[in-house]
Amino acid sequence: MFLSESDLQAIWLTVQLASIVTVLLLLLGTPVAWWLARTRCWLKGPVGAVLALPLVLPPSVLGFYLLLAMGPHGPLGHLTKLLGFGPQPFTFWGLVLASVAYSMPFMVQPLQNAFESIGDRPLEVAATLGASPLDAFFTVAVPLALPGFLTASILTFAHTVGEFGVVLMIGGNLPGITRVASVQIYDHVEALEYGQAHQLAAVMVFFSFLVLLVLYAWRPQTQKAG
Amino acid sequence: MKQITTLKTIGLLFLTCTFLNVSPAYAEKITIAAAADMKYAMKDIVAAFQQTVPKDTVEVVYGSSGHAFTQIQQGAPYDLYFAADINYPRELGQKGFAATEPKLYAIGRITLWSSSRNATTMSLKSLLAQDIEHVAIANPKHAPYGKRAEEALRASGLWEKVEPKLVYGENIVQTAQFVQSGNAQVGIIALSLVLNPELAGKGGYWLIPDSLHEPLEQAFIITKRAENNTLAQRFAKYMESKEARAIMIRYGFVLPGETAAK
Repeated sequence: MFLSESDLQAIWLTVQLASIVTVLLLLLGTPVAWWLARTRCWLKGPVGAVLALPLVLPPSVLGFYLLLAMGPHGPLGHLTKLLGFGPQPFTFWGLVLASVAYSMPFMVQPLQNAFESIGDRPLEVAATLGASPLDAFFTVAVPLALPGFLTASILTFAHTVGEFGVVLMIGGNLPGITRVASVQIYDHVEALEYGQAHQLAAVMVFFSFLVLLVLYAWRPQTQKAG
Repeated sequence: MKQITTLKTIGLLFLTCTFLNVSPAYAEKITIAAAADMKYAMKDIVAAFQQTVPKDTVEVVYGSSGHAFTQIQQGAPYDLYFAADINYPRELGQKGFAATEPKLYAIGRITLWSSSRNATTMSLKSLLAQDIEHVAIANPKHAPYGKRAEEALRASGLWEKVEPKLVYGENIVQTAQFVQSGNAQVGIIALSLVLNPELAGKGGYWLIPDSLHEPLEQAFIITKRAENNTLAQRFAKYMESKEARAIMIRYGFVLPGETAAK
């Protein structure tokens, strides 16, 4: 392998981060997306808008707020202290927390679309056949929305891998803890190690292409199936 | 026919504009790339310089010295380059990107600084205290201030013990932010930043003896693209003026040809 040990460490860390964030967001984002898809509550608009904010906001805004909020004097910092964890900047779980906020729309929006496209009919049928709402959700809605789940998971994973600005602002660049691949590339460039930057950057390009290829190649089939 | 006339008019306008731009009788503009540690001192110097040339424009871009070093080689439109490490402008000169020899403008100092506790009574040994969880330094891999911080810690034999506590800022200003927000209890920060009113008087600072590290020799050049730019030359000259030197000293820089204040 042509990558150095610290490069491999950065890649492994990135994969860990993206996997944990994807799993957490599947658990967190699914009920939120379901609620957004089904509700007629007036809060739907505001909640949807807040969750979509990371799509629009520059990472520097998120990074700045998170650095202050998660610090010892910030509200999140107080909360984590109460729970016995201490301040979260410069920690792996701090990055997880930030990434969950940052990648939220990439999980929620595809899921919400998938749930909405199911419509009321299949669920009404399930209900008349005696299925409880929870039962109907798992046996009817989830299988029908499966393509949505896949799209959402791939997008969330890929988006977390591509994270840079927020990590740079709250990570503290710790090898094996917060130095993810994107930051490692930046450091290589800053240190004028273009050769190493090229290698790691090439890995990232190849990976991103692969992810998008899977996503696009697989999409038309699901449409035919639907 | 009408179109051709329009084209001619536009062409004429272009010519006039170009002519106006090069004519020294009209307002000139320079862009300076400066190391992050110069952020506050440079702001004051530029403000003072602007009073002598009110019609001209001086813009400053701050960042890590290594970053600007790369950008200039890629054709970034910087007319002057102020680096925190003399080696960067020296190398630009060797590669043909400089119009002047590197000129030493200051020697930087590093300090221990805290926003939450009294740093004036600290020393490097204080970093071993249990209640100090994180110590922020600039990334030694590419930031001059980070390199000197590492040298000072190694010279005092503390590196192995302090390293697990270290967090790394991308440049010296970001390192200061880590400390200012309280996320790192202490940081090794440029004296020039600590003396700025926004940071001064928080927890105070302790000057790290310069015998513990290589000198932070800071130098600037006029870039090749600004070879004939009179405003750039005037600014370079202004750095030697009494006013500019007074500002630099106020921000804790040791100037070439002078000894340290303390």
